[in-house]
Amino acid sequence: MQPTHAHAASHQSQQSHSHHHIVPFKVNMAVGITLLVLTAVTVWIAQFDFGAMNMIVAMTVATVKAGLVVAYFMHLRYDNRFFLTMLLVCLIALTVFIVFTMIDQKSRTSIYDYEMQEIRKNAKMYEKKALTPPKDAVPAKH
Amino acid sequence: MNGVTNLAATDRRPETPLELHAENHHSPYQAHHFTDMAQQFDAAKMGMWLFLLTEILLFGGLFCAYAIYSTEHAAMFHSAHKMLDWKMGALNTVVLITSSLTVALAIRSIQLNQRKAAIWLLVVTIACAAVFLVVKYFEYSHKIHLGLLPGNFYHYDGSEGVIIGNNPHIYFGIYFAMTGLHGLHVVIGMIVLGWVLLRLIKGEFNSEYYTPVELGGLYWHLVDLIWIYLFPLLYLIG
Repeated sequence: MQPTHAHAASHQSQQSHSHHHIVPFKVNMAVGITLLVLTAVTVWIAQFDFGAMNMIVAMTVATVKAGLVVAYFMHLRYDNRFFLTMLLVCLIALTVFIVFTMIDQKSRTSIYDYEMQEIRKNAKMYEKKALTPPKDAVPAKH
Repeated sequence: MNGVTNLAATDRRPETPLELHAENHHSPYQAHHFTDMAQQFDAAKMGMWLFLLTEILLFGGLFCAYAIYSTEHAAMFHSAHKMLDWKMGALNTVVLITSSLTVALAIRSIQLNQRKAAIWLLVVTIACAAVFLVVKYFEYSHKIHLGLLPGNFYHYDGSEGVIIGNNPHIYFGIYFAMTGLHGLHVVIGMIVLGWVLLRLIKGEFNSEYYTPVELGGLYWHLVDLIWIYLFPLLYLIG
């Protein structure tokens, strides 16, 4: 029965490892409230026009929110570091995918003598359906 | 008690899983190919994370489509996004963040063996998911009513404000594809959390074993994560 004893002993020693990290109630609430505040910030900040910076500002706030969710709600801050590495590899791959596509998109005109064309079938929606927007139509409110 | 479970009554070596469990003093939840419960829990979580990463890449394709078309049709996107009601989007953001918080607290409760609290927190989470879908239903039915639809189905007559620029159906194609796929995830999340809730009510989870609660929670947080990006992209910037 020697192996059994060894097994039992190793279990005893690992008892402390299997104790999962419990995120304190206060931390959970603080993260939740911060996320709600940042949502208000996102809405509030969208009123201002920063030109090309609009997208960067909104995505920065969104990424801070996403970081909080991943770190505290998804426990990545307390978990095995390997999970974080996997996530970062995935995000780098996604960034390469989108950035390289955008480089292609932006440099097309210098290679080809045409730009993205209208989709012919639906190009002139109003004419095709014989629908004209009413002259006195109220501009969309935001 | 018969001799099968009572080892003292038999001379033979332990053979059945039940006997081996009793012999080796490990948790009845632990599968034999894992060293310990912590390793088993980490392996399960790693599998879930790998799945979530494929989900991120799945939505990533749609985010890339959004990036291409929004740069190509910047004016049309800006004009078309005003057709969405940002108040509805903001309400749904608040609902999803609340549900993310409650599911995180539900996991905390089961870690502390507070089963009743965990059950109620999961009920609130699923209720929030339902509220999200109801709000989405009102938004969708309004868009469908106005004819703000993808591709050939687009037949908006400008009655609620003119959209400047050509091909506005592209914006609504992206809107419906992204929110539709996200909405499908909300429905699947409700089913997964509903199943977790049923097992929780049956008393199958405790502080030692709650892996499905944790993994269901991870899935639900991903649904929240995607929406955190969708909301400003579709409702606020355009």
